[in-house]
Amino acid sequence: MIEMLTSPLMQRALLAAVLVGAAAPVIGTFLVQRRLALLGDGIGHIALTGVAAGWLAGALAGLTPPDVLALPGAMTVAVLGAVGIEWVRARGRITGDVAMAILFYGGIAGGVLLIKIAGGTSANLMSYLFGSIATVSRTDLLWTALLAGIVLAVGLGLRGALFAVSHDEEFARASGLPVQFLTSLLAALAALTVTVAMRVVGLLLVSALMIVPVATAQVVARSFQRTMALASGIGAGVSVVGLAVTYWYDLPPGATIVVLAIVIYAVVTMVQNARRHPDLSIDPHPDLADDVRVIEET
Amino acid sequence: MSQTSGTVLRTDGVDVVLGGRRILMDVDLTVRPGEVVALLGANGSGKSTLVRAALGVIPVAKGQVRLFDQPLRTAPWHRVGYVPQRMPASTGVPTTACEVVRAGLLSRRRLRPGSRAQAIAALDAMGMAHRANHPVQEMSGGQQQRVLIARALVREPDLLVLDEPTTGIDLDTISTFVATIDRMRRAGTTVVVVLHETEAFASMLDRAVVLRHGRVVHDGPPPPARAEHAGPQHEHAHPHAEPPRDDGLLDLEVIGGDG
Repeated sequence: MIEMLTSPLMQRALLAAVLVGAAAPVIGTFLVQRRLALLGDGIGHIALTGVAAGWLAGALAGLTPPDVLALPGAMTVAVLGAVGIEWVRARGRITGDVAMAILFYGGIAGGVLLIKIAGGTSANLMSYLFGSIATVSRTDLLWTALLAGIVLAVGLGLRGALFAVSHDEEFARASGLPVQFLTSLLAALAALTVTVAMRVVGLLLVSALMIVPVATAQVVARSFQRTMALASGIGAGVSVVGLAVTYWYDLPPGATIVVLAIVIYAVVTMVQNARRHPDLSIDPHPDLADDVRVIEET
Repeated sequence: MSQTSGTVLRTDGVDVVLGGRRILMDVDLTVRPGEVVALLGANGSGKSTLVRAALGVIPVAKGQVRLFDQPLRTAPWHRVGYVPQRMPASTGVPTTACEVVRAGLLSRRRLRPGSRAQAIAALDAMGMAHRANHPVQEMSGGQQQRVLIARALVREPDLLVLDEPTTGIDLDTISTFVATIDRMRRAGTTVVVVLHETEAFASMLDRAVVLRHGRVVHDGPPPPARAEHAGPQHEHAHPHAEPPRDDGLLDLEVIGGDG
């Protein structure tokens, strides 16, 4: 245990895991409420194109290693893609799921194509697809801390307004809220989250860290605030525990974290179902007045 | 634009196109301060579309919309309270009544939610304070509707826009609700209400605007109140400026099947 905590590499990895694990479900809560649970996946795919584009730019500029621009590339392309999708969706030109499908396919194909042009192979993309937290460098950690900080600050600072557009977009418009700005902001935050989580769980599993803790929290929580707080705690918890497990056992960290999150979801759901044994004799709305009088004939 | 001053809501020649179909055609509507105006018409006549366009929920294809004599971009949104037809379908994230109502305190210049106390007070006005911390997902349709009304009331609006507020609500709640609206009207609030049945509101309506196939076909006195409202025991605070016209238009399905 002590040994694990004194290794600088592990310290960095744990810090990155806590930050990402806590930030991702905050954005995920808004996404689930907007029925955009799969947006993170779409962004994850398109971020792969960004990784390859950054790689290509690095190779063209003669930088070493050629992937130093991968993270900035992923971030730029992910934010542009996410905001673009939101813009197109808001204009009703395309439905959400078709837009998402095009992101999925375009993102992967673009990434594989560009990495080849950059002189690499698809194998170079593997660490981005499945995460590589074990190799977190000092610079990586700085980036992760900065981006996770931005996501948390904006997501929590504007949670009232983001909640309003996520819960009832029509009412938000009729209240004069800058709906287009807020939904684009949320998309951009989701894109940033994807980019920071990329190193921890990988692009293919990014969305799991945003959504599964929320799915778990909403089984037990009774309010939006609680759901978000609980989800954030679960996210940080599974990330740290999942990562620690891989210190002793030779397992891929990203997959371990996600499987752990899903196991917790399953357990919580089962416990809750067992506890809430339906009592059919209870009036679900005891406080409602009766407005029909039944006259019994004798 | 001769008489733009002193109107609460005004549409000039408004067309709304949705999904390639023209839902509203050349709609002129003027609502002055303190008026209580009913929007009537059959299903699909465009009455909900009209309030949604007037509040910027859906875009206008042609014409102009002004709120408090301002274009929507600069309108004083904190003075507007809107009650949509129903709460959006649940997405599974639990949300308490208090959280929904606090979202009602946001507007263009205010992106942070208001105080809990304000939200509870508004819920109390709708008899829902005891349910403030309950998830709206666990409430009946009528209770959800009351939460939505509280969300509009918490803004203390000068213009209250209601889209079929009494649909699916039991009679007791309707009368509490109508009493609340009546109190606000007396305090000077302007009310625009989309209705299927004018009955509950008959005593306070100043004017009725009837839509048919997206056009305004009547703008004048409301349909005559039915016996129980016109009866001697009923306080009829609003004498109409002119007697109801007998143009045959008012008697269409406006009153919702004359019982």
